[in-house]
Amino acid sequence: MALLDIKNLRASLEESGLEILKGVDLTVNPGEVHAIMGPNGSGKSTLASVLAGREDYEVTEGSVAYHGEDLLEMEPDERARDGVFLAFQYPVELPGVSQMNFLKEAINAQREHRGEEEISAGVFLKLMREKAALVNLDPAFLRRSVNEGFSGGEKKRNEIFQLALLEPRLAILDETDSGLDIDALRIVADGVNKLRAADRAFVVITHYQRLLDYIVPDKVHVMVDGRIVMSGDKDLALKLEDQGYDWIREESVAAV
Amino acid sequence: MSLPTLVNTATDTVSRYVEAFKMHEGQVLNGSNAQVQGTRRAAIERFETLGLPTPKAEAWKYTPIARYLNRGYNLFLGQPETSVSARDVQELLVPDLDAHVVVLVNGRFDASLSDIGALPKGVIVTNLAKAAEANAALFNAHFSQYASFENDALVALNTAFVQDGLFIHVPKNTVVEKPVHLVSLIAANEDLLVQPRHLIIADEGSRVKLAQSARALGGTKTFVNTVTEVAVGRNAHVDLYEVQDDEPNVVQVNGVHTHQEDDSHFRTSFFTFGGEMVRNNVTIVADGRNDESHMYGLFLGHGKSHIDNHTYMDHAQPDCFSNELFKGVLSDQSTGVFNGKIMVRQDAQRINAYQSNKSVVVSDSAQMYAKPELEIYADDVRCSHGATSGQLDQEGIFYLRSRGLTEQQARGLMLTAFARDVVETVQIESLQVWLDQRLLDYFRRL
Ligand SMILES: Nc1ncnc2c1ncn2[C@@H]1O[C@H](COP(=O)(O)OP(=O)(O)OP(=O)(O)O)[C@@H](O)[C@H]1O
Ligand SMILES: [Mg+2]
Repeated sequence: MALLDIKNLRASLEESGLEILKGVDLTVNPGEVHAIMGPNGSGKSTLASVLAGREDYEVTEGSVAYHGEDLLEMEPDERARDGVFLAFQYPVELPGVSQMNFLKEAINAQREHRGEEEISAGVFLKLMREKAALVNLDPAFLRRSVNEGFSGGEKKRNEIFQLALLEPRLAILDETDSGLDIDALRIVADGVNKLRAADRAFVVITHYQRLLDYIVPDKVHVMVDGRIVMSGDKDLALKLEDQGYDWIREESVAAV
Repeated sequence: MSLPTLVNTATDTVSRYVEAFKMHEGQVLNGSNAQVQGTRRAAIERFETLGLPTPKAEAWKYTPIARYLNRGYNLFLGQPETSVSARDVQELLVPDLDAHVVVLVNGRFDASLSDIGALPKGVIVTNLAKAAEANAALFNAHFSQYASFENDALVALNTAFVQDGLFIHVPKNTVVEKPVHLVSLIAANEDLLVQPRHLIIADEGSRVKLAQSARALGGTKTFVNTVTEVAVGRNAHVDLYEVQDDEPNVVQVNGVHTHQEDDSHFRTSFFTFGGEMVRNNVTIVADGRNDESHMYGLFLGHGKSHIDNHTYMDHAQPDCFSNELFKGVLSDQSTGVFNGKIMVRQDAQRINAYQSNKSVVVSDSAQMYAKPELEIYADDVRCSHGATSGQLDQEGIFYLRSRGLTEQQARGLMLTAFARDVVETVQIESLQVWLDQRLLDYFRRL
């Protein structure tokens, strides 16, 4: 069974009714890595938000099956407990919210969902240290408030750190590579590669082919104007890097 | 002694209490301190003249105090019949706080429940009634000097019927290391007006901290009208912390009136967990050079509670600093009021005075009224004030939920973060820890 099966998904802004996703189709199997590319404003983050359950968008048509279940029926936190993870393009700063307390509650929420016991303080600390090392995040960060005063790159690494900690089944990375320096990019990509597993899938949204050198995708999709208009293998990313999006726009118009 | 019966024919509240004064003046109110007697008489006269504050009175605009007082609470003038047990006290003790514990039941000192312990040389921690007799000269030099009843009917009412409360005197250059812990319990089988009166005198160079907690046992209705006077001498440091519990059957007006001399520090923080109506009246007169004054509060309105913080920071002398922060979380149909005034008098140059009020309104039916006021007559002054009221940041809530926290958990974390800086104003570690835990529990249930 596909892990994620999106069919003809249409979504509009709750407030203005403006349609942003105009019929997205995407199927992701366990163990796969999919890249989504596409010009600014084409709807990539919106797709990620809809999958995570953000309430600013209204789904007007289509369906999303997550391991066979109706994802759209689930609350955002239910989705997370069931293994959906979004690494945000712009992680929010939460002054005063202790990163430690937050992550402990997050881990325990998942454990409770799986009928497991609360994590012990010792195991939790060990886990934190271990996962922080995976993305080369200074453990001192863990004692700070969530994302507060973090640099752009630190915020992104913090997202991947959380991903490593929560071990989701479906990880959506929204431009995690933007704002990372070359070394950090490699560290984050290595972290992701270590997390690749037969029962885990990644959807990686990016503008840069460079990331896909490190995280080699099984499929590359191009989103234009709220639709996935072309799919291919990793070579498609190379072609996009080389030629931009204009030729796709032309082809997709021609195809209609 | 049992309760004196009030054979009282007067119908309106003011006359009822004035009548009660006349009836009992010769009995239970009659201490041996003649000056106090004179003050009482002046206070009841002033109370009669002032009457109860009406909603037209600016200071009571959002808090209809007469409506509560008119319920006909009985005056409590007797000695407590202690149905209160050590266990009741235990529940109100801040865990792991090594302190000089003073217990008041219905505003009267209870020696058997108190555990004052050994004090540094010369320090007095006792009850007000005793101090008025045994330390009359000291007492008279300070009593009713800072809480003026001239324009305050509730201070007048308290002063007229003054009987007992906490008395602290810390002599020159003496540090009371362990905090004094005041535990106030109400235990009654009728609806009572209870009026504790506290006096804290910190002489030059001395230091003392006071932690207070209070609760009403049983289901009767109580009006607690407390007045605390604090005299902070030259270079003295006084901290006063108050945890006001969640009691839908209690209405309280709580006046804290502080006078500061040169180079002194005063700090107060209020934590209000609810209650039917709570009004904190805090006045600080920074009457010396180089004073530091801190006023903080966290109020958590829920159900139908009404919480009103009314502060007055009076800068009478130059080169002083004051900081004020009141934060509130209002849920259900609760109401929050903040009225903060900063006065900078003409000679009070080079003042830094800050005030801020922030509230989070988590329900559509909750309300917050804020009114900051500045009155500045000096020209070299740095003042700032601000009041904000809003909802929790939805982006933040979504972020936390996207990691698996329920909406309630997410809100709890955000609110704990919001309240954090007020808790951090507490300079007694075990009290901070206790408050942290209580807040966590409170926000979890929200
Ligand atoms: N909450 C919102 N309010 C207003 N407009 C929105 C909102 N969310 C998305 N949009 C609009 O929808 C379109 C798609 O936005 P989206 O963020 O999904 O693009 P994107 O493909 O992620 O772009 P980028 O590559 O720049 O990150 C944009 O035109 C954007 O302005
Ligand atoms: Mg985007």
